[in-house]
Formats: sequence, structure tokens, C-alpha cells
Amino acid sequence: MAKLTIGTFSSLIGSLSLDFAVKLSDAALKKGHSVDLWLSGNATTLAKKDQKAFRDYSALQKPVEEMLSTGRFKMTSCEACSEARGIHKKDMIEGVNRQSMDWYLASCFSADRVLLIGGD
Amino acid sequence: MAKKTLGFIIKSLPYRDEVSRLAITHAISSQSVDIYLDDGDSVEPILCFIDDGVLNCIKGQEAIKHYGNTSIEMHIENALLVDLKVYICKEDLERFGLTEKDVVLDAEKFGADTKAEIVPYSFIHQKLEEVDHLQFF
Repeated sequence: MAKLTIGTFSSLIGSLSLDFAVKLSDAALKKGHSVDLWLSGNATTLAKKDQKAFRDYSALQKPVEEMLSTGRFKMTSCEACSEARGIHKKDMIEGVNRQSMDWYLASCFSADRVLLIGGD
Repeated sequence: MAKKTLGFIIKSLPYRDEVSRLAITHAISSQSVDIYLDDGDSVEPILCFIDDGVLNCIKGQEAIKHYGNTSIEMHIENALLVDLKVYICKEDLERFGLTEKDVVLDAEKFGADTKAEIVPYSFIHQKLEEVDHLQFF
């Protein structure tokens, strides 16, 4: 089975790019692959816990937690991007990692495929 | 022992959002990626500015004065300081009426030896074919 690394930059609300990245991750996991999802810039908002699900807005905490429970999905948030937005470790969904940008490059190194989704 | 090349293709405008800046900082972070890799393994990023992205390379940016933030020009200089390969698309520069005098090509003031290169798109396209992973910003 392959490893997919996905980099994301778009915000949780205001763009559907993260929704697409999460759905793609889920599809890859269901096919038996493993996925590293890197959150940088505004995408670090995906790591925020206590997301309230309104029908008009994306709420991706539940699918993220389900994917984390598979053991084949890693979601890692850029530490500097998070802190700059006031998202501290205590604010994050359990199981989501925080690393510096070099972690993403290392993930790219070992990935079979790398996708950057939502570079806006 | 392996080396993987990562292509960072920057086509977005400077300062409209943070994408181009993040592309450059991610590329620069290759300097410390070794801590996650096995001995002898390495990552080599290349930075290519194409389309509207060439405007990131304009000299004389005053981001600190106007936004209180470091400029993208400074990030490009940092990239050259750590010897990253930086390519700027010649045709797209010409589209904006820009010449080599208008863009950041070196960081000699910091002691950098590496210089950015203005190259035809055909050269960049060849680089895109050669890299292991390609990302458009």
C-alpha cells in the first residue's frame, strides 16, 4: 500500500479545499493506503477542537477523529502557523501533531505521491 | 542513501495571501529536514517563479514599512543564502515589462554565493519533469 502526503493551506471555513482534502484522505484510507495531512497557514484551523457543526459551515472534526483512529492517518499542524493564529496545543484535537515545516518535507521524502490542495 | 527533489512552483501574487511566502519558507526548511531522515538521505528543493509569481521577485519591497512584516524579497534572499536553486521565468518577467534589474538575483550583501537565474520557461518545464514531487503555490 502507498503513502500519500497532502499539504493544505486553505481555511476550515471560507474554502471547501479542506473538505476535499479530508474526503480524499478518507478515500485513500479506505483503499488501504496511509495518509499524512499537513496543515499550514489558515489550514491550521482544521486542528482546532470543539468545532460546532452547523449545516451552513464545514465541521470536519468528526471525520478527522475517525481517520486518526485508523492508525494510518497522521494530521500535523505547522507549529508557527498555529501559534500565530492563537491556536495552542491545548486548543487542538487530540491526536493531531504539531511540527515545524521540515517535518512536511520529510513526509514528502517518504511519500509515494504528494498533493498540494488549496494553495490559496 | 537517497535524494529527493521537490519542486516549489510559485505562481501566486505576493501579499494577496501568504501562499508564496509559505512556499519559500517551506523550501528553506529543507535545511533542517535531516533530523527526520536516515543518514545520507536528503531533500533538495528548487524554487521556480512563473506567471504572476514572478512579481514576488521584485526588488525594493517595503513590507516592513507598510505591513510590519518581513518581505518576500528577504525570504528569497534567505533562500539564496542557504544555496537553494531559484529560477525566474524570463517570458513572464517580459510580460510585465520587467528586466533583470528589477528583480532579486542575489544576496551578496549577506555573503551568499548562489544567485537566482532568469531562465526560459522551457528550462523550468524541464526541471518540472525532473523533480520527484511537484507542488504549485
